[in-house]
Amino acid sequence: MKEGPLLEAVSVAKHYPVKKGIIVSRQVGAVRAVDGVSFTLHRGETLALVGESGCGKSTTARVVMRLIEPTGGDIIFKGQNVTNVAGAKLRALRRHLQIVFQDPYASLNPRLTVADTIAEPMAVHGIGDAASRKARVQELLRLTGLRAFHADRYPHEFSGGQRQRIGIARALAVEPEVMVLDEPVSALDVSIQAQVVNLLGDLQQRLGLSYLFIAHDLAVVKHVADRVAVMYLGRIVEVAGKRELFSNPRHPYTRALLAAIPRPDPSRRGAVTPLGGDLPSPLNIPPGCRFHTRCPVAQAVCREQDPPLREIAPGHTAACHFAEDLPRFDAEADGGIAPVAQRRLAAYAAARERRALAAVPAP
Amino acid sequence: MSDSLLRVEDLRTVFRSSSGDIAAVDGVTLEVPRGKTLGIVGESGCGKSMLSLSIMRLVPNPGRISQGRVMLEDRDLAALSPAEMRAVRGGDIAMIFQEPMTSLNPVHSVGDQLMEAMRAHDAKASAAELKNRAVEALRRVRIPSPERRFAEFPHQLSGGMRQRVMIAMALACSPRLLIADEPTTALDVTVQAQILDLLRELQKETGMSVILITHDLGVVAEMADEVAVMYAGRVVERGTAKDIFEDPQHPYTIGLLGSIPRIEEDRERLLSIDGSVPPPFAFPKGCRFNPRCPFVIPACKEADPPLRELGPGHRAACIRAPVELALDIAA
Repeated sequence: MKEGPLLEAVSVAKHYPVKKGIIVSRQVGAVRAVDGVSFTLHRGETLALVGESGCGKSTTARVVMRLIEPTGGDIIFKGQNVTNVAGAKLRALRRHLQIVFQDPYASLNPRLTVADTIAEPMAVHGIGDAASRKARVQELLRLTGLRAFHADRYPHEFSGGQRQRIGIARALAVEPEVMVLDEPVSALDVSIQAQVVNLLGDLQQRLGLSYLFIAHDLAVVKHVADRVAVMYLGRIVEVAGKRELFSNPRHPYTRALLAAIPRPDPSRRGAVTPLGGDLPSPLNIPPGCRFHTRCPVAQAVCREQDPPLREIAPGHTAACHFAEDLPRFDAEADGGIAPVAQRRLAAYAAARERRALAAVPAP
Repeated sequence: MSDSLLRVEDLRTVFRSSSGDIAAVDGVTLEVPRGKTLGIVGESGCGKSMLSLSIMRLVPNPGRISQGRVMLEDRDLAALSPAEMRAVRGGDIAMIFQEPMTSLNPVHSVGDQLMEAMRAHDAKASAAELKNRAVEALRRVRIPSPERRFAEFPHQLSGGMRQRVMIAMALACSPRLLIADEPTTALDVTVQAQILDLLRELQKETGMSVILITHDLGVVAEMADEVAVMYAGRVVERGTAKDIFEDPQHPYTIGLLGSIPRIEEDRERLLSIDGSVPPPFAFPKGCRFNPRCPFVIPACKEADPPLRELGPGHRAACIRAPVELALDIAA
């Protein structure tokens, strides 16, 4: 029998009240940051939540981690409803759900050594004694590609990529089952970004982790995710397996996102088609389909009826009245790397491999 | 007769420190073709922003240009007096930055800031005339209802609108060269596409040259005619966009191309570059990329290789290029 989902969000909502008046304050509206989001995350899987800034992806992740209290909906972890657990039970839950933040410069305490930073979650959860924690810190440093002597250093001594590795080691310290990765590579340089993406993949394979990967960069998502959920203005508008989403997107917004990515290929110049307009304010969500104000194929019905997220193929859901009627669109089609460049990349990979082998110290 | 608008020759920008001068830009030579876009690519710390500040003569203290020339046609900007340079900035060369919110003054309306920039270059114009021109400038960068936006403050605008205002300001005095330092890095991808589109259209309209500084190879491929790849204060490869993307020669360029995740393919692992960019006070001897380079041989640690021509207009600073041959010899 198939195992149920590890983590499940059911119609999760987070509304922030907007108040007016200083002495007598009354609510005049609500910012609907997250407005009925449902998804499932299975063991060993990576689910990517993508969208532009302000779409509610980070808020969603924080709500399912219980870092922010939801306004509505349920959060189910391993079959148990954990929406309202508190106290010791909540702490126990936190051990299984850990987060890695975007900015490695802001998310590490500058006054703690790396060893203290990594050991702190273990102390909070009462895991092991000082000696076993010290040994575990060493193990985690190795696991994340850092060196043993790094343990006694302070965050300012590290580069961005190394700091992100420290953040990952800290999250791993309490052996979580689910890791929320909130834009873990968007603050890093490209060459470093690739190192961290590769590290996350290795760790997932070795430790059987489940990732909820928050990102705005669909190209990165293409390399890490198993399934992708696209968010727009507090709602999920499309969910599909990675291949399906990139080769056969069925929501106009997903298509717009894919079409807006500049490709590293000068022969395709000018193929980018920008989406008009700006993201509407979550204070003032448009009636009907929330994307209709910017949608290139919007019809009268889109202004009146909010399309529900419905299954259009097994494992592929989209919230669009015309999901089936859209013409073919394949973001994976054509392009690719020129043959000479391809050869050079292969030579680079081979030389790197050889160098890595040569660097392994003799026993 | 050269067809380049700006020529940077052997430029060196140094910062004084207790242990001697540290060079953030070290012997950079490049040309900006007339009416075209030069893309400068590199990771943080490679000196690309310091290069653009050097061109504008805006290097922060205690930095200074210690060597080289910056030729705008036949004038050496590096030798101009501060007053002459002020007329060049905003007049001949304008610049836009990454974070539009920090470049705009939050307590003045967008229109006032635009008019201030215009007045600096035209003291005689009346207020009404300046206002007309400012509204026109906003219209030119495709800002909807520019009359209303004129009176608004920066916080009332979205990130994309703010960058449009910055572009309007930069173009107010019809510069011949626009330096855009990571103009879309802080923006969402759909907004980025709008801004890049706008820059391209404006370039077509005005015939200005553009220096586009970015770490995003996708943006370079989309915009640049010529590309210079920088690493640790030096240009390591130069060529047309086609050269760089289809025939990359320097191992750093190859590593960068391998590091970018691509939509159209599905690789399990990305090719990454080992290690990280060294800080300017710890540049290694010889080729600066040698500690991270998989093709390194002892000679790479001896002398810093100069740029050498590998094709018409295509130069790379690597003694091992083309690398697939280097690999066969080593094998």
